[in-house]
Amino acid sequence: MSPAGGRRAALEVLDPGLLTLVQDRGRPGWAHVGVGRSGAADAGALRAANRRVGNDDDAAGLEVLLGGLRVRAVGDVRVSVGGAVVDVRVDGRPVGPDLLLRDGAELVLGRPERGLRTYVAVGGGVAVEPVLGSRASDRLGGLGPAPLAAGDVLPVGAPAGALSTDGTGTGGMATAGTGTPGARPHVRPDEGPVVLRVEPGPHAHWFDPRWPGVLCAPEGYGVLPESDRVAVRLDGPPLARARGFVGRELAPVGLVPGAVQVPPDGRPVVFGVDHPVTGGYPVVAVLHAGDVDVLAQVRPGDAVQLVLRLAL
Amino acid sequence: MSEQVSEVAPGPGPTRVVRFGAAALLVELADLAHVRRADDALRAARRHDELLALVEDQVPAAESVLVRVRPGTDLRAVAARVRAVLADASRADDAPDEGRVPGSAASDGPASAGVAPPGALVVLPVTYDGPDLAEVAELTGRTVEDVVARHTAVTYTVAFGGFMPGFAYLVGLDPVLHVPRRATPRERVPAGAVAVADRFAAVYPAATPGGWRLLGTCATVLFDVHRDEPALLTPGTPVRFEAR
Repeated sequence: MSPAGGRRAALEVLDPGLLTLVQDRGRPGWAHVGVGRSGAADAGALRAANRRVGNDDDAAGLEVLLGGLRVRAVGDVRVSVGGAVVDVRVDGRPVGPDLLLRDGAELVLGRPERGLRTYVAVGGGVAVEPVLGSRASDRLGGLGPAPLAAGDVLPVGAPAGALSTDGTGTGGMATAGTGTPGARPHVRPDEGPVVLRVEPGPHAHWFDPRWPGVLCAPEGYGVLPESDRVAVRLDGPPLARARGFVGRELAPVGLVPGAVQVPPDGRPVVFGVDHPVTGGYPVVAVLHAGDVDVLAQVRPGDAVQLVLRLAL
Repeated sequence: MSEQVSEVAPGPGPTRVVRFGAAALLVELADLAHVRRADDALRAARRHDELLALVEDQVPAAESVLVRVRPGTDLRAVAARVRAVLADASRADDAPDEGRVPGSAASDGPASAGVAPPGALVVLPVTYDGPDLAEVAELTGRTVEDVVARHTAVTYTVAFGGFMPGFAYLVGLDPVLHVPRRATPRERVPAGAVAVADRFAAVYPAATPGGWRLLGTCATVLFDVHRDEPALLTPGTPVRFEAR
């Protein structure tokens, strides 16, 4: 018998919290027609949670901003919670991050003390209709599923191994869910700035050669409230242009997540996963690939310290 | 400071292939004509080249093509292959016309996202009823009829996209119609608005704020996620406007 008892499993949204989005690995291949990749802001956290419920890496899960999500299981649903660490409760009882949510049980996420985005992976994946091959909710391009609203019923796909005839029906890798601690959170629970490693960007020569001393100064930058999945805006020492590049305009250029763009006011903007496909200001630096996930967990008001590391 | 993967210049113009983070290269080119040629050549090469098949996104812009690869791909190897493809394209361009194979390499069955060759000519019927038509006539010192005639007289090419899904920057606009964008953008430009600004022409695929000058309206659906090729106007596609 399958965990859903033959019924199609689902999650009923009771309260989406501040903002909960369906996300997966994103929508590559369409940037040339103005469609960005999007996907989970902290891709590593979603991937780890997916693996713990036996999903492949393409499965869609929920990206929960600052906790507060309440859902009820329709049929039995295997769940793993990752990313920013939150208090997890089922029917009011505190539980670990990996659990089997029984039919009718209510899952509630608390508010993270640190970090911003918590991920909920479900065995079989959130099975809303894909758009251009992905279930990612792209907030800039307006593609993919809308943010969750109370009353939504999210279909859950067939868990890996559910079609097997061994009669266990617990999913291929479900044993990983027995008390395994949550994935290592990117934002450590100690004080001090969040470290983001950067390498020089394609337009580093547009800036005063002393730019690394400014961008990576020990004072660091503060994260501004106008930060979201599109970009994290930083408050701190402005970067000056090199002689010969003052006032010069850059022709629009394709972007990647983690690009550190510097608008005319000199204050860096670090692009996230919903970045526009092209930008109009020079890119002084680019985050190391793994640190784009860390960026997804910084909060307005956090201090960040950029560190220059030359690429291998 | 910027680590240069290569500063070799294949063909005319200052071409630079530089690293853009761990999983992308930026190919910098002299102008839009070089971008068009490089973009077509790279897209064609991705249909049969094993290394370039690892390219996940290819984003032409005004003076560059961004090549984003699968994480973990050897960027130096991709850069070398990109340079080779551009050098070949440059040589093909210098060869007599009968030797040219424009971005139309043999089809290898169904293409994956982003490697389809530029489409055939797209004709867009336009009702010239835009709120800025009279102003554009005034700015250019022409009659409304002349503005419409010039707008419909040429064949445009999609240079690049970028502003929103399905939005295409069209080049080829009659220089007489190069007008600056509005000082104050409109809060809402309707879907289908046919617009010009600076050297570009475009049609807004969906309603959005925008500052371009609106000449008319086009009912053709430019972007539809349910189509195999969601965007009607992909880079390199030739386009004409037709007054209706």
